[in-house]
Amino acid sequence: MKVNDVILQTVTKIVVFIIFTFAFYLFFAGHHDTGGGFIGGLMAASALVLLYLSYDIDTISKAIPINYRTLIGVGVSVSTLTGIGSILLGYPFLSHTFEYVDFPFFGEIELATSVLFEFGVLFTVVGGTLTIILSISEDV
Amino acid sequence: MEILMSILIGVLITAGTYLVMSRSLLRIILGTSVIGHGALLLLLTTAGLKEGAPPITNIEALTYADPLPQALILTAIVINFATTGFFLVLAYRAYKELGTDDMDKLRGIDDE
Amino acid sequence: MNNIIILLLLIPLLTGVLLIFLRNRISAQRWLSILSLLAVGVIAAIIIQRVLNEGTMTLDLGGWEPPYGIVLVADMFAMLLVFTTVIVGICCLLYGFRTIGEEREKFYFYTFVQFLLVGVMGSFLTGDLFNLFVFFEVMLLSSYVLIALGGKKVQLRESIKYVLVNIVSSMLFLIAIAYLYGMLGTLNFAHMAIRVSEAGQDGLLTTVAIFLMLVFAIKAALLMYFWLPGSYGAPPMAIAALFAALLTKVGIYSIFRLFSVVFPHQPEITHQLLAWLGILTMIIGAIGAVAHWSLRKILAYNVVVAVGFMIAGFAVFTTTAIAGSVFYLIHDMFVKALLFILGGIMIGLTGTDKLREMSGMIRNHASLGWMFFIAALALAGVPPLSGFIGKLLVLQGAIGEGFYIIAAVGLITSLMVLYSVVKIFINGFWGENQLTVEDEKMSTKGTLLPSAILTVIVIGMGLGAEFVNVYIMEAAEVINNPSLYIDAVMPNGE
Repeated sequence: MKVNDVILQTVTKIVVFIIFTFAFYLFFAGHHDTGGGFIGGLMAASALVLLYLSYDIDTISKAIPINYRTLIGVGVSVSTLTGIGSILLGYPFLSHTFEYVDFPFFGEIELATSVLFEFGVLFTVVGGTLTIILSISEDV
Repeated sequence: MEILMSILIGVLITAGTYLVMSRSLLRIILGTSVIGHGALLLLLTTAGLKEGAPPITNIEALTYADPLPQALILTAIVINFATTGFFLVLAYRAYKELGTDDMDKLRGIDDE
Repeated sequence: MNNIIILLLLIPLLTGVLLIFLRNRISAQRWLSILSLLAVGVIAAIIIQRVLNEGTMTLDLGGWEPPYGIVLVADMFAMLLVFTTVIVGICCLLYGFRTIGEEREKFYFYTFVQFLLVGVMGSFLTGDLFNLFVFFEVMLLSSYVLIALGGKKVQLRESIKYVLVNIVSSMLFLIAIAYLYGMLGTLNFAHMAIRVSEAGQDGLLTTVAIFLMLVFAIKAALLMYFWLPGSYGAPPMAIAALFAALLTKVGIYSIFRLFSVVFPHQPEITHQLLAWLGILTMIIGAIGAVAHWSLRKILAYNVVVAVGFMIAGFAVFTTTAIAGSVFYLIHDMFVKALLFILGGIMIGLTGTDKLREMSGMIRNHASLGWMFFIAALALAGVPPLSGFIGKLLVLQGAIGEGFYIIAAVGLITSLMVLYSVVKIFINGFWGENQLTVEDEKMSTKGTLLPSAILTVIVIGMGLGAEFVNVYIMEAAEVINNPSLYIDAVMPNGE
């Protein structure tokens, strides 16, 4: 049965970017305020799920050729490697640090190593969520 | 507030237990996540409820909420999320493979 | 700062992740997973020597000192278990190479074995109750996947029950953590111990302690063993061997740790209860082991008996009995892995796990038969094999403290255990040989190596008890004298 969901598809095209932007915001806000890798990742995953819902799996898989299981691996390794970095520098595992850096045009920005760790969390959450959802929906 | 929360936790865990006892697999999964919510609320409540103060953000703050239970709850939510997701996939596979979601029919029989 | 401790967890974790990327290159996966475990084994051995010489080592993760941060504690007890875990893991992997099948290998079998070992070793090492919960979940999630991997009907059916039981018990764990945090305001074992001994272990705390005991009793199959025979019978034997050797032991370890460090103040309630739970578990497990005629079921019930014995030994709470329990715990990890691997070979050869349908295998597989015989004797505690010393010490301690019933039940159930495994031996290996070499469903090539390694260890632990005893005594000393643990974690007090 062919369903005509042109409204959903049109709305999705715009809304997905809004959701991604919000996910991006949440991710970076997480260092001091509400947010973080997990929530940002869930939000990004929900945008992707919306794409899969309004189009079909084949189309999106062509447009975003990511193996989500591999994404989990990437995420976990990024997070662990940030911990290993602190071992190599002679600090206890998972030690994090931050520095205020003066950028031209942007002004002073706080750069923290824990953001790298959160990046790993983000990838893992996106990968995990989509693996679960796609493995249920793929073979219907 | 603590009294209200206790009642709510009791209701959640009761409802969850009831759902877990039922025969349909999907209800069982819902039941486990409802129990999970009850347990997390309990963690929040026993750690002490406070009004009007955010978690500690700068050292000079005079009043702040204990950040530890919130961190614990976030971790537990992530774990619940993963287990529930896995359980759903497992239940779906089992339903496809075994053709039933009735726990009575999923009893093991020795002679297979 | 001892970053070497975290390597025990990091190496298998990173290897597991790396194996995800090598999905289709099976031989690479095999080599990497063995190499990673060998590396962990070497590191564990180094740490054990350092702990023996310098005392307990700790690592404050992220530089946060306890009680604020999570601390990993490598005391002798935990490290011995970690070392045992690694050896058992290597042997189960070697056995898995031949038997697990390409489909499972491609579906991340090796990855999840590595993650399972991370969870198990993390649970042994952590010094924080909530972190223990997290590592428990790492271990359990991997075990959920491993038990369902392959997707046979019986596996799916049993894995649903296994997952449900464990999710519910994890929720109870979380509730217990909530109560404890509300009462003590901390979750660090050492800090909790300080606060409990300062404030006194009143009725409320004892109740929560018993609640926690209930949680670990479900996980360790202590009296609440109902989930164990079914779920250990479903997956392939390589996975079942890993589970039988490791999973229940984590629950037992947690009971040992909690009721020696944090809640040792009311032994007349908590330890008495543990003793009775242990006695009942031994009796029920032994009855189950004697009654069944299915190889998988008999072995699974033997896991239950051993759990009961170790807990009963711990509940006596004297240095001798605890040393015996620790010795038996380590022995049991080896011997259960060995028995499950040998049982797996028997099932693989005959294609059935019903004892009445097999016989006379010793004609073509003499070494297999004798190894099973040795394992059976070790399990029952016949000298000079490894089970004997553990049982002897526990019985000595129990009789010395007047726990005659533990001693009596321990001895009687040992006989029943001996009967149940010798039943397997007689039915499987004696009698008319019905199975020609051509009829066999698999070849034993390559599977005898892991069994031989474990058999040598089982014999060696018995004969070399003098050598092993140095380490065991050190481990028992830490359990028996929790202030050593507390001082190591928080050298400056509160």
